[in-house]
Amino acid sequence: MYKAEWRIIGPVPAFGETPLFMPGDRVRILVRWPVGHYRVPIYLRGKLGIVETIIEPPAVDNEQEGYGRNAGEKRHYYRVAVQLTEIWPAYAGSSRDSLHIEVFETWLERIET
Amino acid sequence: MSSQDQAISSTHEHGVHDHADADVSEPARPGYYEVMETAVRELLIERRFFEAGEIRHQIEVLDSRTPALGAKVVARAWVDPEFRARFLANGRTACEELGITFYDDTQLIVLENTEKVHNLIVCTLCSCYPRPVLGLPPDWYKLKPYRARAVYEPRAVLAEFGTIIPDDVEIRVSDSTAQVRFLVLPRRPEGSEHLTEEQLAALVTRDTMIGVVPAMLKPDGDAS
Repeated sequence: MYKAEWRIIGPVPAFGETPLFMPGDRVRILVRWPVGHYRVPIYLRGKLGIVETIIEPPAVDNEQEGYGRNAGEKRHYYRVAVQLTEIWPAYAGSSRDSLHIEVFETWLERIET
Repeated sequence: MSSQDQAISSTHEHGVHDHADADVSEPARPGYYEVMETAVRELLIERRFFEAGEIRHQIEVLDSRTPALGAKVVARAWVDPEFRARFLANGRTACEELGITFYDDTQLIVLENTEKVHNLIVCTLCSCYPRPVLGLPPDWYKLKPYRARAVYEPRAVLAEFGTIIPDDVEIRVSDSTAQVRFLVLPRRPEGSEHLTEEQLAALVTRDTMIGVVPAMLKPDGDAS
């Protein structure tokens, strides 16, 4: 018979299932140069943005999945907003114009404020 | 092919497919990718991952999807505020309510155009597109000029479609790259209050749901 304190209350999330970032978090899209299949366009690497929404449900890493290498691990994609003036310093339109993209968790780092 | 299509794709010789004979003539030899596709397909069928009939059926599924489906959903959202709220909260399940099935793992985010925000959709890496609700993307959507310029000078691209966005309206470009597909919910045209849901759906074209043009009343001001 199990003791009360061993009881598990509610479902325990698997590794990676709990989002690391929340809406409003300031993030940098990482600069990496993977060869082969990737989902982060080069023009956004190194750019600063803000997490807009967490995209549910968690998903496999397409960049690993493309080579049959993910073993079922899932993480979140985040819709990230980046100002067009951040991407293109000489951008001619309104300074409020922005770019929105889904980025996998492994491509983001938090910017401490 | 519309004038917009030509404006966007005029630098690409394969942007024009107007001649019937060009579509049916066979080149002397299949190209590299055609040979690879045939080889992979035959191997997968031989190994019984799926059958030839399943491929044919999936092509039929894809061919059955057209912008008329998206137009139906948008018109419903215009006339039914509760549906609109569900559509904006979860585009996929709202489409499924209307019998539009999603045969893939993609989610659908619906982006609402307002007086202050204009949304535009692009896929810079390839040609991600909400195919379950819109069918196949137009040629210009898949070609590099649109894909590169939509994120670099969206206002100039929109102007080439005849869409002038005032400076006080914010442009939001969504680059579709992974699990999620996007659909623009265009603004309901002014003066369309008397139209039925079916008449409203006729105002919703493919391009309005990509975000390159607004939905407009027909030139005579009446959709009937």
